[in-house]
Amino acid sequence: MSALVAVKNLTRIFDVSKPWLNRLLEGKPKAFLHAVSDVSFEIEERSVYALVGESGSGKSTIGKMVVRLLAPSDGVIEIEGVDLFREPDHDRVEKIRTDIQMVFQDPYASLNPRWRVRDIIAEPVTARGGKADGLAERLLEQVGLAASDASKYPHEFSGGQRQRICVARALASEPKLIVCDEPTSALDVSVQAQVLNLMSDLKEEFGLTYLFISHDLTVVEHMADRIGVLYLGRLVEEAPRDALFESPKHPYTQMLFAAAPKLDGFGREVAPPKGEIPDPINPPTGCAYHPRCPFAIDRCTQERPEMRQLGQNRVACHVAE
Amino acid sequence: MTALAQAWRSDFMWSFRHSPVAVVSFFMVLVLVSGAVFAPLVAPHNPFDPASLNLMNGFSQPMQPNAFTGDVFWLGTDDQGRDVFSTILYGMRISLFVGFCAVLFAMVLGVTLGLIAGYSGGMVSTVIMRIADVQLTFPAILVAMLIFGIAKGFTPVHLRDQMAIWVLILAIGLSDWVQFARVVRGATMVEKRKEYVQAAHLNGRKAVGIMIRHILPNVVGPVLVIATISLALAIIAEATLSFLGVGAPPTQPSLGTLIRIGQGFLFSGEWWILFFPAVTLLALALSVNLLGDWLRDVLNPRLR
Amino acid sequence: MAKSVLSVRDLVVEIPTRHAVLRPVDKVSFDIAAGEILGVVGESGAGKSMTGNAVIGLLDRPAHIASGEIWLNGQRVDNLRRDQIRSVRGKEIGMVFQDPLTSLNPLLPIGEQLTETILEHLPVSKQEAEDRAVAALEEVGIPAAAARINSYPHEFSGGMRQRVVIALALCAEPSLVIADEPTTALDVSVQAQIIALLKQLCRERGTAVMLVTHDMGVIAEAVDRVAVMYAGRLAELGPVREVLTRPAHPYTRGLMASTPLASKGHTRLNQIPGAMPPLARLPKGCAFHPRCPEVQDKCLSDPGPTLSGCGGRAACWFATEEVA
Repeated sequence: MSALVAVKNLTRIFDVSKPWLNRLLEGKPKAFLHAVSDVSFEIEERSVYALVGESGSGKSTIGKMVVRLLAPSDGVIEIEGVDLFREPDHDRVEKIRTDIQMVFQDPYASLNPRWRVRDIIAEPVTARGGKADGLAERLLEQVGLAASDASKYPHEFSGGQRQRICVARALASEPKLIVCDEPTSALDVSVQAQVLNLMSDLKEEFGLTYLFISHDLTVVEHMADRIGVLYLGRLVEEAPRDALFESPKHPYTQMLFAAAPKLDGFGREVAPPKGEIPDPINPPTGCAYHPRCPFAIDRCTQERPEMRQLGQNRVACHVAE
Repeated sequence: MTALAQAWRSDFMWSFRHSPVAVVSFFMVLVLVSGAVFAPLVAPHNPFDPASLNLMNGFSQPMQPNAFTGDVFWLGTDDQGRDVFSTILYGMRISLFVGFCAVLFAMVLGVTLGLIAGYSGGMVSTVIMRIADVQLTFPAILVAMLIFGIAKGFTPVHLRDQMAIWVLILAIGLSDWVQFARVVRGATMVEKRKEYVQAAHLNGRKAVGIMIRHILPNVVGPVLVIATISLALAIIAEATLSFLGVGAPPTQPSLGTLIRIGQGFLFSGEWWILFFPAVTLLALALSVNLLGDWLRDVLNPRLR
Repeated sequence: MAKSVLSVRDLVVEIPTRHAVLRPVDKVSFDIAAGEILGVVGESGAGKSMTGNAVIGLLDRPAHIASGEIWLNGQRVDNLRRDQIRSVRGKEIGMVFQDPLTSLNPLLPIGEQLTETILEHLPVSKQEAEDRAVAALEEVGIPAAAARINSYPHEFSGGMRQRVVIALALCAEPSLVIADEPTTALDVSVQAQIIALLKQLCRERGTAVMLVTHDMGVIAEAVDRVAVMYAGRLAELGPVREVLTRPAHPYTRGLMASTPLASKGHTRLNQIPGAMPPLARLPKGCAFHPRCPEVQDKCLSDPGPTLSGCGGRAACWFATEEVA
């Protein structure tokens, strides 16, 4: 097995300054938001890599950069050995782009309400000038809908069915990698199970690779082979699924696991985690987690921890062992 | 047939049938517009055919036989003996034609600029919207007069009367594109962030394709509403310009021109020459406007 | 059983539309005792929020209570006039919504909002109301409460804002709190804080809580009893441990099995086929029958027993035998 995706030192900075006149009048400097800082990971072919994190962790930003909807400020994204943003051969980049697809979070906003399902599903092919006769019908059956649904409009479908249509569209260009940005967080539990099962089946059938972005640990535990935990734009821990869930090393990962509600946690009284996610425009010095970390030492407040190997896990923490 | 029956039962038709204002104004618009369109068939006289005019019929009172010829005119005649009812029908033709064309022009211009501004953002958007802002600080009628004056200056003298209608359309259209641009820009900015646009983008569709095929169909609703309300405004703007003497020439009198001519006779007692064109203009503008208001209420999801 | 703070009997909410009369809440009955947390769980459109809104008296027209009774502390409240509903609602019922910004006035400092609410419902002086406001903020864990009393809602983070809303909901010392998806918009770590806070405060004060959520994990950790709703009807009602570990209704069983936690170690999740039907197209008989793995002839025509609030746990013809 080889790495299909290699992300190296990926960084994305957003300029969140107020308009220049306001800055001038209020005497404030430009403000920058480090949505993603120095993130590196690799995704094996035919595996599921999950990025977990809370709001502001930068997980969706990474997803958008991998599908080339956003350009990185720094760092490299290589897919099948081709640098997505620096490769000079335009045709090669376009070829790689057809190998990458995305399934979005909101099944209501991700289908154009004025288009028929047939045209929606065929778009990855037709937008590049290809012919797509019968493609939509075939894919609809593949995702568990009827071929006759092709001539309907999106509003005639429920949330779960719409997400199936989104998956069908993602399959149209015969991709290798599908980036799934919270694909089931807008769905009800019983429907979520259907969509997750569908995605697992399709992965086996087409030999797909998923980059799975989610805040839901239970879903991630079910789907992922390897997991990266993000906090405030940085990867704090990365490990194979079982290693991570059995022995999380980073205090943040431990906190996340402890805080997640458990189905068998009847009347569980846990000491709730302290603090909230800090303002990403002015993150804490040193390790960004130190103000909330129960194990923080002086070193954590000044020096940012580098990623280091700890058993099967890679951890960015001074004290973890 | 089933499609028709289905359309009749749709929410749109349901709210139409349950709104007396909409029904009444719709039929008023229908009557007025068909009267204008079929003017040559409906009008009892052709006011532009000098051969059919009899100066002896001048200043006939409405519904009363003329003192000299004994002819009866429903709405009376003007100083030339032209039948006021017929001139209104023909005048409405010109008013509506100018209104429709001006709105169409404003719509195409405004929607295009609004789409571009909303989709590209940044400097492009700033430049377009600043021009719009500056234009909004002047009354529309002033802008129209300015454009009318400039355009007239560039037209050869012998073509002026022929070109007047087109210059009028240009002037009113250019004074009215701003609202289309503003609304379309706002709606485009909302749609642009939706995930189906991102999906199209990552599937390699070009910006122009995304704007026309994806975003445009999703912003037409509000555009239609503005177009209807703009039509009423454009008809009034045309009448105002013509009333001020800078619009339709007397050889092609619109409702505004008729009112201008009519007001000269008001104080000598021939009120009908002014009154009936004015009432027609009022009815036309009001019914189109009410229809537009109703359309806005129905198509605006926030009010439901 | 302790005396009920809230008891709802055969509540029916109807929405007349052009085509038919929809019933987003259909013959729902339950009680909440003082100090008890009742969880109401279901998929979107199951009628759980509508039930909460009916209790508060916040139904948007044309939705209205068509039949049934709502009793609050022994007083019948479903047939009160609008102005009476207002005084009861503010005094006896506190509300916490998903989005904290909908319950807070963005133009007023939070202290003023708290003081105003206290003065309106409790017979205290202005000075005392202000002291109580600070105390309420301290109680919900807002650091430096006395100093932050003049801050505006936008100056707080999401979690802190939800704490302020809880302070606001509890400051008039209501006997019932209705929390509608209070943590859905929050991150996991903050969610844990808010749930812990809600539990602690209600235990201490003996407030009854109706916690509406779609999250089974939150239900398991926070509530004493749980009501499972499906297509406007109560599918199952019982102590949380019983319902979650030994579900009696096939829908609850399916719901529990389809959570990823329940399928740990399996490559596929158990799934319920299909989706909840829209209210306008409810099937005849039991609304769950098209998706039910244990469906029998009887279910196709007869909607099944109605839960009365005390007797019976699941609204299913074939559930009772199993539980016994």
